[in-house]
Order: sequence, then structure tokens, then C-alpha cells
Amino acid sequence: MSYTISEKVLLEHSEKEDISSGEFIECSIDMVMVHEQLGGRIHQEYEKLHLNRVWDPSKIFFILDHWVPAPTVSAAQMHQDCRRFAQKYQFIHNMGINEGICHQVFPEKGFARPGMLIVGSDSHTTTYGAFNCLATGIGATDVCVVFATGKLWFKVPSSYRIHLSGNLPEGVMAKDFILKFIGDISTKGAIYKSLEFYGDGVQSLSMDGRMTISNMVVEAGAKFGIFLADEKTRRWVKRVSHAPFKAVFPDEEASYEKKFNYDLSDLEPVVAKPHSPENIASISKVEGIQIDQAFLGSCTNGRLEDLRIAAHIMKGKRVNDKTRCIVIPASKKIYMEALTEGLIEIFIKAGAVVGNSTCGPCIGGHLGVLGKDEVCISTTNRNFIGRMGAPSSQVYLASPATVAASAIKGYITDPRERVKNK
Amino acid sequence: MKKVEGYVYIMGDNISTDDIVPSHCLTLRDSMEMAQYTCEAIEANFTQKAKNLNIIVAGDNFGCGSSREEAVNVFKVLGIKAIIANSFARIYFRNLINQGIPGITYQWDPRDFTEGDQIAIFLEKGIIQNKTNNTEFSFIQLPPFLLAILEKGGILNQLREKI
Ligand code: SF4
Repeated sequence: MSYTISEKVLLEHSEKEDISSGEFIECSIDMVMVHEQLGGRIHQEYEKLHLNRVWDPSKIFFILDHWVPAPTVSAAQMHQDCRRFAQKYQFIHNMGINEGICHQVFPEKGFARPGMLIVGSDSHTTTYGAFNCLATGIGATDVCVVFATGKLWFKVPSSYRIHLSGNLPEGVMAKDFILKFIGDISTKGAIYKSLEFYGDGVQSLSMDGRMTISNMVVEAGAKFGIFLADEKTRRWVKRVSHAPFKAVFPDEEASYEKKFNYDLSDLEPVVAKPHSPENIASISKVEGIQIDQAFLGSCTNGRLEDLRIAAHIMKGKRVNDKTRCIVIPASKKIYMEALTEGLIEIFIKAGAVVGNSTCGPCIGGHLGVLGKDEVCISTTNRNFIGRMGAPSSQVYLASPATVAASAIKGYITDPRERVKNK
Repeated sequence: MKKVEGYVYIMGDNISTDDIVPSHCLTLRDSMEMAQYTCEAIEANFTQKAKNLNIIVAGDNFGCGSSREEAVNVFKVLGIKAIIANSFARIYFRNLINQGIPGITYQWDPRDFTEGDQIAIFLEKGIIQNKTNNTEFSFIQLPPFLLAILEKGGILNQLREKI
């Protein structure tokens, strides 16, 4: 049999001799990531099993990130329930409230390595696919099953092969690619599929950029978004983990349901208009739309590469008087690095508000919730109705470069000129 | 669970879990209270209508977005018995089955259902009967593996018997 990367990893984690797409199999899980959902449905449901133990406390990664520090009494209570549970079941990797956003912290702590099978109580768990592992989101009940047994049922997905070539032009980012891709295939275009990214274009992308792409594959409905491992992957993983790992490559004869080709050098900045990530428009079509808020952050685009390009654009400039600009580094580690590089000072001097690492505005939680009819340009991944605040608010998704350039102008604008005029 | 009966509630395409449970009520501790906000931004009087209409019939990509399982639970609390859709988002489909609610993938035609129609779903046979307009449609049955989970009323019930 010839296998794709996802088939290989699933097979490796099952007790089967061979597998084929469409089949239901049971797999052993290497790591499970949980966040505030633990204090939502998971703890209540799990207690009903009366187990008094979890299958392996060293394979659970627990973090509080969505609402930290707690902005409301109900969030604080949810956190209390989470902490109690983590203590009772003796979780080993308990990150607390000040490490940052789950999908950034998990790989930073060395838990995402090639060949692993990872699940998490969050749909953007797909992010770890950037590290050549299989990772996907699950709901609360599935988490309970994993906590109890270390295993989970999977339907073996069929795969799409996405071949990337070329280099991104200046001022165009991985975010622009993934937005364009979602626009091309639609939000239902890859339901249940595994997306596998190949080609020399992959090597030209930074790990930060690959994470942005894997993060958003779920917006096209995909189950996994997995990259081939290269030198960059190995270096990244070795820096954060001493555990051995082996990169997974597809077999030459592996079968793909569909194949796509993208030349990264053809791309331009795009935005996703309200209220769907598939609602893609090239930047020239939306140039001039007035914005009340510009948000730079989240698990999609709160990384160092993102902060660097934004700071580069904002250096010595002022955020437009009519616009609020909020910057949130995706993790404490990134925050510290941005401090050392002087990026945070650039943002503050430009008039941005810099917040602690949390999901915050991305889900309309806190630190910049949108009011009635307000317009926001955001580096996040979803612009559904009411996602960032009032149901009548409007969210445009864009790259960090586009968000930074727009914050300065007070309206949506093409970042390419600003990147060139250093 | 072999047969589910109820009345049709029609919904559109790409209903996200953010639409079903807005994030501002995710930290609420009481599921009854949370259920009062179900679909508040996209459907007028959802909770009222759901008192009589308890099988959702929706378009493409139902349940896309966040993995929040509350988006299944609020429907359960409100008495929704099954969801029929052209297609489901992956995590949502799992969450439905795991909580013991049938998710039926069926590409429907506007002539098949009108809101308020009385229907019966025969899970093992893969048949939907519309009693109001006297028609019958077939869908691809769920595999035995998933039917077994539904039979137990959810995966945790099944697990409890195993451990
Ligand atoms: S930053 Fe936004 S998308 Fe990412 S985990 Fe947090 S809420 Fe979800």
C-alpha cells in the first residue's frame, strides 16, 4: 500500500495492518491539549465517569488562554473549575494564565513534533500540522474519551495535495495565501479532508508562516493541514525539545483526491470581508474602507514575524486618530522577544494598546470588544457575525502587514508601498 | 435508537457554532441559561419556535467554526432530536454523534421539506418519511460503528459500560 502523510501517521497509531480512506479506526493519542473548555463541559462530563484518574497525566497539556486574566465573575469561576480538575488529576503540564495562547505555547514547549498524533479541545489545533504532525480539534466529549482511554475513533480522511512554488513578494504574507486558498475552495471545500503542503514554496515559508496556514485550514473545513518537514522544521523542533522524532514523508504512489498548484510569487494582499473567511477580495477592491479598530494578534498572526513586519510599518508613525489599534503577542515568549527587539516600544509610541498574551478580542472576550456597527480589520481567523462583539459589527480578516498599514491610515489599505519605503 | 420523529425547522448554509452559541455566553455555568441565547443573532425567537419544531433541516457546512460542544448541548437542552444537513463540519458531526444526536447527511431539495412538516427518520434503513407531503427520501446510512454510539445515547454511555 502507498500512503499519504496522514494515512501513515494514523496507521502508525492504530493496531491495523493497513488502512484506506473512509475507514473508521481507533488510534492512540500522543498528546491532548485542553484550555478553558476543561471548566466548561469537560470536567462535568468526566466526573460522571467516576474514574478518579486519567489515562496519562503526562500527556495532557493544560492552559488558560481565552479569557486571561478573567474579565468576568463567570470566567473566573470557570478558571477555578479548571484548576481544581488539573490539580485533582495531577496534570503535569499545567501552563496557568500567563504563558499565552494554546496554539503558540504548545509548540514552543516542544510538544508538537513530526509524526505525532495530537488532539485538542479547540478547532485550531490544526496549527501543529506546520511541524509535520497530525493535529486536529475535538469537542468536550471526545476529550473525556481521551482522558479515560488515551484513544479516539477517527475516520481516515482522503487528502488534497497542495503544491507550493516560488517566494512570497514583499508585503504579501502566508496569511494572504491561506485566505486566497479558502476563497478559492470555499469554507466547505475541504470538509473532512487532510490538506498536505508540498513543493519548494514550502521551504521559502518561515515556520511562523506555515503555522498561520495550518491554523486556518479548518476554515475550509479540513481535518488536518500538514507540512513536509525540512531543515527549518528540524531546527525549530530541536531548539525546543530533546525528544527524538522522525519526519514523515508520503509514499510516491500515495493517492490524492485533488491536487492544487499555487505559485506564491503570484499572490497579492487580500482580505476576507464580513461575515465569512471565504468572502475574499483583493486589497484594491476594499481600499479606503474606514476602520474603528485594528487588531494584531491571535493564534493565527501574533508571532514574531507578524510583530516585526507590523512594527516595521508603524515605526515612527501614529495610529490614525479615528482608529484604535490593539496588539497582543501570541505568547509570553514572543512578548519578551518583541520587547528585546524594541518592537513593543514602537507599537506603544505609535499609539497602540499592547495587551498581555490572550485570545481576548478574537472571540469578543475582552481587551477590545467591538460595539454596534463598528468596523475592525483583524489578523484573526474568523469573521462570523458577532464573533468579535456586537452582532452588527463588521470584521475584515487580513495579514499583519495589511492591518498595520491600515491602522496608520485609518482605512483599509495596501501594505506593499509601506513595506518598500523602509 | 432506530426511529426519530418530529417537526422540521429550516435553517441556512454555514451555520457556525458562533451563531449557535455566541461566545459571550460560553462562560455561563448553567446550560438552561446558556440555551436561552441559542442562535440569538441569526434567528428571531429560536427558542420559542424550537418548542414545536424539533428536527433541524439545514444547508451546507452545518456547525462550522469553533469546537465548542455547547453548540450541540444547547440544542439538546431545547429538545432538538436530530439534524439533517447537506453537509456537516467535521468536529460538529463528531460532537452530535458523541452526544447521541443523529446527524443525517442528505442533499435536500427545497421541495422535500417545508418548515413545520412532520417527518420520521429511520436510521438503520436510511429513510426519511415526510408525513405532511407523503414523500420518502433515502440517505446514506451511518456506519454501524456510529449507529452503535447513537443506540447507547452517546459515546460516554458506551464507554461507561466498557470500563
Ligand atoms: S486566538 Fe482566537 S482562534 Fe485562536 S485559540 Fe484563541 S479564540 Fe481560538
